Amino acid sequence: MPNQANTSDIQFRQASVEYNFGFLDEYAKKEVRRSVLKAIAIPGYQVPYSSREMPMGRGFGTGGLQLTLSLIGKQDTLKVIDQGSDDSVNAVNLRSFIEMTCPGIDTTTKVSEANLIQSRHRIPEQALREDQVLVLQVPYPDALVVVEPSEDKRKIMHGEADYSRLLVKLYEDIVKFDEITISHRYPTRINRHYVIDSSPIPRWDVPKMNDSRALILLGAGREKKIYAVPPYTLAEPLEFDDVPFRVESFDDETDKRRTCHRCGCDHSFLDEFVDAISGEKLYQCSDSDYCDEQLKARSVKQGLEG
Amino acid sequence: MSNEKVLEVRNLSKVYGKGCAKCFESTGPEHNTNICPHCGSIVAAHDISFDLYKGEILGIMGESGSGKSTSVKNLFFDEIPTSGQATFFDDGKQYDLFSLNAQQKRHLRNHRFGMVYQNPVLGLNFNVSAGGNIAERLLMSNLTNYSEIRERAIELLRRTEVLTERMDEMPKNFSGGMQQRVQIAKALATNPPLLFLDEVTTGLDLSVQAAILDLIMEIQRESQTAMIVVTHDLGVIRLLAGRTIVMKYGRIIETGLTDQILEDPQDAYTQRLVASAL
Repeated sequence: MPNQANTSDIQFRQASVEYNFGFLDEYAKKEVRRSVLKAIAIPGYQVPYSSREMPMGRGFGTGGLQLTLSLIGKQDTLKVIDQGSDDSVNAVNLRSFIEMTCPGIDTTTKVSEANLIQSRHRIPEQALREDQVLVLQVPYPDALVVVEPSEDKRKIMHGEADYSRLLVKLYEDIVKFDEITISHRYPTRINRHYVIDSSPIPRWDVPKMNDSRALILLGAGREKKIYAVPPYTLAEPLEFDDVPFRVESFDDETDKRRTCHRCGCDHSFLDEFVDAISGEKLYQCSDSDYCDEQLKARSVKQGLEG
Repeated sequence: MSNEKVLEVRNLSKVYGKGCAKCFESTGPEHNTNICPHCGSIVAAHDISFDLYKGEILGIMGESGSGKSTSVKNLFFDEIPTSGQATFFDDGKQYDLFSLNAQQKRHLRNHRFGMVYQNPVLGLNFNVSAGGNIAERLLMSNLTNYSEIRERAIELLRRTEVLTERMDEMPKNFSGGMQQRVQIAKALATNPPLLFLDEVTTGLDLSVQAAILDLIMEIQRESQTAMIVVTHDLGVIRLLAGRTIVMKYGRIIETGLTDQILEDPQDAYTQRLVASAL
């Protein structure tokens, strides 16, 4: 746990004395837990809750953070991801805040070791297990917001499962661009009724929500909504019968699948970098833990061969 | 025209405002007002009853504020009536329109009814293309195949004589007549057995009016669609409607065959109306 080592022990002791475990008071946690139960009971339904003020700006993951703080206990092991990585600013800050206010918990960067994972933008490449909970930070919870500005009307539309105007948006995309151009926040229908905004995960991760073994909780702090994709639940991206949903393509000009320049992986979601010196385009696994694991597996294999 | 009843409306009333016990007795043509002098409520329509049969066009005529549009809006669920009954007959089934729940209402609106408003802004979504507008209605009726939707939209626009090359343009780029045609195409998308037309030709120039009226007659002939045409234009009534209702201050003052009403009006108001138009 490198971050724990960076923070002084005094600070930790102070924080744990001055704040309740998990920063939020017990009533706040209880409310979030009740909303979570309701969200699981009605898959995809946006449960309103009184999002508390957190010591960071709304829009920086306060929804996900409140979920994590309400669920975490001393026996838990936490992983925090931002843009697929454990080392980016948002992930580091959230992790050290949780470490500071939840003394006794463990943190990790390995998916396999964590039982609680808070993430922004990505669902880990490695398949999750039944004993794991994934918490996603959501900026815009309502998929209908792009077609209907009034929340009153949106609530009626959700209640009646009236999503034809979202499909019209897909229709218009195909007319204009010959394909559906939504790159992230892909509208996804849960358990054949409610359509959710799948948070800023790329299309690549949408199929992972379908029939997931892990419980997926989505929290929007600014919009004060919690919703869930319970384990083993249908999650279907909106599509036409003859224009099926498809994930991002990582094929190059010659239709060959690009690979990660670091670990050589040919089946993960890739980020594009430009090498500062050579100006060359590089591709690397977006999920840094997965990349490390692949790299380790490769070196072990090479070691065995050599 | 057949004997198959499509719609039966009985004693439909709509009052705007809180209403009082004396509202109905102190308004209407004989009092020359539809504002209740006791409570100030507006009796927009009262005691409206009529039948509509398959393939029939029923005209509702009257001056502005006589309750024509209100009656139709209540039947299309745009507004909730104060009292009255309406039964819709469809495929051997009967629907008591005003006791349906929201989802059943939406189903009828999307699948079985069509509405064309005077102002295309009400009937069309101006944020999506003409084709998208028709797609919206098809998607509402659970058609989820892109190429089928596309084909059906082209077919409908061709039928309403909108250039199919322009189907992916925004309705705001269209002329008023074209917008009205797109609106009609949208209303027809699900082949509804009942169509409401609310002042569809008002504000269009004469040649465009004639073309739209031709189109409506053609639709009636081909699809046997029952229609309620609301207008204050006697020419439209004469051309389209088989039977006509004349309304004033929220009441029906005369009803009968269109020829009869136009050639031999009984009520003094209708006589004045017909005389002034000729």
